Amino acid sequence: MVAQDVELELPQGVRHALIGPNGAGKTTLIDLMTGMLAPDAGRIVLGGEDITGLRPEARVRRGLARTFQINTLFPQLTALESVALAVLERDGHAHNWWRGLSRFATELDEAASILQSLNLQKGLHRLTRELAYGEQRLLEIALALATRPRVLLLDEPAAGVPKDESAELFAAIAGLSSALTVLFIEHDMDVVFRFASRIHVMVGGRILVQGTPDEIARDPRVREVYLGKAHRVPA
Amino acid sequence: MANANVKPLEVVFWLATLLPFVVTPNYLSLASQIAITALFALSLDLILGYAGIVSLGHAAFFGVGAYTAGLIAKHYWTEPLSGLLAAGVASGVLGYALSHIVVRFRHLALIMLTLGLGLLVHEAANSASALTGGADGLQGFRVPAVVGFKFDLYGTTAYAYALAVLFSCFLISRRIIHSPFGLALRGIRENATRMPAIGAPSRAHLRKVYTIAAVMAGIAGALLTHTTSTVSLETLSFGRSADVLVILILGGAGRLYGGIVGAIIYMVARDQFSGINPQYWYFWIGLLLVAVVMFLPNGILGGLAKFSRPRS
Repeated sequence: MVAQDVELELPQGVRHALIGPNGAGKTTLIDLMTGMLAPDAGRIVLGGEDITGLRPEARVRRGLARTFQINTLFPQLTALESVALAVLERDGHAHNWWRGLSRFATELDEAASILQSLNLQKGLHRLTRELAYGEQRLLEIALALATRPRVLLLDEPAAGVPKDESAELFAAIAGLSSALTVLFIEHDMDVVFRFASRIHVMVGGRILVQGTPDEIARDPRVREVYLGKAHRVPA
Repeated sequence: MANANVKPLEVVFWLATLLPFVVTPNYLSLASQIAITALFALSLDLILGYAGIVSLGHAAFFGVGAYTAGLIAKHYWTEPLSGLLAAGVASGVLGYALSHIVVRFRHLALIMLTLGLGLLVHEAANSASALTGGADGLQGFRVPAVVGFKFDLYGTTAYAYALAVLFSCFLISRRIIHSPFGLALRGIRENATRMPAIGAPSRAHLRKVYTIAAVMAGIAGALLTHTTSTVSLETLSFGRSADVLVILILGGAGRLYGGIVGAIIYMVARDQFSGINPQYWYFWIGLLLVAVVMFLPNGILGGLAKFSRPRS
């Protein structure tokens, strides 16, 4: 999959949706932004700083976090351990090998409250692999939040989650701090038009069009190329 | 949360390590060999069991520690604790240098790389015979005593010395495992892809644990030198790297005690079997290894843990 001539601007605090047919290059774009893939050309700028040459972990430390479409978690760590690890890394404590984990009460409390904010408090001490699939999707987001991002890229956060649960999941995303910029990839148009304040449509590795939900809903190119004539776009 | 509290079984285990002094006083030399091998296996557990670095060249650090301690005792001084420290430093420096290469690779490439590095160090020691004694080994020195206790014929001091060092290193390893750094290592083992996405500098973590493991392996090698008053090329050999890997897999990687339990079983079995029929020793170890890997994929300790705590 490729992405080319993509110009994407993410103003602070806005909920952006990135939509497009399968193979449009949406995940590739996230990989490029987060440094998991190296671009052949072009620049990635975060808050005025050019981060194109930085390694993925350095980008995360500057406030650019992502989640994965396919669960990319720590199966044999508990939910609390996983999130605490992200918090400890963020605060520069993860190199500490001489103090017991239980001494880092502030970090553990923060991890617990992040999990609680996503309704995962029941799973705190369960191994990740024993959590229900929907809970694992939430843990994906919890891990990203624990890095305290300025920009959060969510790659199909509700992939594989039943429709009623996915509404709940997006409600949690909508409830995130308004200072946080969020970009999410999603296929369910109801969800996209409900939660996004800006929509970017990607086709064949390029951004076809971007605009407010109203503009996107009215755009004939979008209707033709992506939504198809059979779909009724909510106005 | 990984439980950092001391369990009663652990106390019993460490008290039992004192039993050889009274129950099998004729086997204290063997007991000290076991303690040294256990420490070596523990150092491998830190990188294999916790960080997921498979190494077939770990003897490089054991051997460098052994030779460092031997050279110091032969040419400079015979106080063992400072020799132990110097050996740890020498192995640690080598480990830190090699870690920059090692952490860039995974899977088969990593195994071949560690194997190759191990062979390089072995041949380097073989060639530098003016320094190392080459194939004849390093001889002609003796460490008379440790903290005032003379090394005796029965190996009482040797075992006490080896056991005390093993226990100290074990406590440090245990501390590491239950620290934030230990959690980060488990994170790398569980999902190396996710680590950068939560802002973790995985390679820096791996370089650090690789260096720590090298220090510990070097200390184990120095212990062997101090308790046997000789250093042979065998301390650097591929055979020793392979043996310690087998020992850790038998005992169970990633549970701190795996290397110790594996060392006890392996060394006692070798002592018994090779008394009966030395040629066939590796037949039995091969059989045991196949059986453990097939039926107890998490090693003997992993199997015991499964039986004692039925799945909920």
